Amino acid sequence: MLEKITQLLADQIKVDPATIKPDTNLKDDLGVDSLDIFEFIMACEEEFDVEIDTEEVANFTTLAEVEKYLEGMVQG
Amino acid sequence: MLAGKVALVTGAGKGIGCQIAKTLAAYGATVILNYAHSEDAAKEAMNEIIQAGGKAGVYGCNVADFKAVEEMIKSLAKEYGSIDILVNNAGITKDNLTMVMKEEEFDAVIDTNLKGAFNCMRHVTRQMLRQKSGHIINISSIVGLTGNAGQINYSASKAGVIAMTKSLAKEIGSKGITVNAVAPGFIDTDMTRVLKEDVRAKLLEQIPLARLGQVEDIAETVAFLASEKASYITGQVISVDGGMYA
Repeated sequence: MLEKITQLLADQIKVDPATIKPDTNLKDDLGVDSLDIFEFIMACEEEFDVEIDTEEVANFTTLAEVEKYLEGMVQG
Repeated sequence: MLAGKVALVTGAGKGIGCQIAKTLAAYGATVILNYAHSEDAAKEAMNEIIQAGGKAGVYGCNVADFKAVEEMIKSLAKEYGSIDILVNNAGITKDNLTMVMKEEEFDAVIDTNLKGAFNCMRHVTRQMLRQKSGHIINISSIVGLTGNAGQINYSASKAGVIAMTKSLAKEIGSKGITVNAVAPGFIDTDMTRVLKEDVRAKLLEQIPLARLGQVEDIAETVAFLASEKASYITGQVISVDGGMYA
């Protein structure tokens, strides 16, 4: 899953996936803005066929957190 | 002009909203007529659209209800596949002089006109971001620009709609979504038909084009803003008022 969401984020913000690590801070290190995170999360929703609460989105700061959340949803 | 597009028009049972629905359908959009209380009128308008060869559906829901609006947007996006156009038209008036206006009169107007528009935008933007396109048109009013004695609640709600229009336009413009407002002047509807002759005459004196507006005048402007012809227009308030605010 981590590989897939890394690719989705890389596509969204148009960077090389190799530059994104699980604990890279999305806002501080990658300069991702709130709207980018939104769009990335929506791409994740479509990819994994889940629905993420809009208010949860604001809490994500790293891909590791997104992965943990998605794994909980996919398994749950 | 709007073939293949799906449009949601709130408060579409009567008056301006009803004509907006008919006009968007005439330009090829599939239109969902939202209503809170005017179910019969909304269904009649839907049938008129269908008989004229258009595509339409109805959805009953009070726009002031955050959860109900969430459900409406989700349900429509699922059924129709997209929501390309949102027209926030639903509105009420509860006029009174400020010093005697009841708290509930103020709250009711703000809840429907301002929060109702927010609720719809709040939930539809998620869908439009997913689509990476969309047009939102908010129906404001000339009194949102000028104020009006006896309408402190209504004027505030319509001024608020303009501020929300500009704010959201700035928020999501980079994602290909436009947000604009239309500010009607005095339009020939049931509400203005009951005016006394002398009041009407005084009103006409203030309108450079010397006539009340027709619902079609508003609907055509909305259709333009909902089309690709207006793709470089966002965050604007278009006054359709015969020159009253000029």
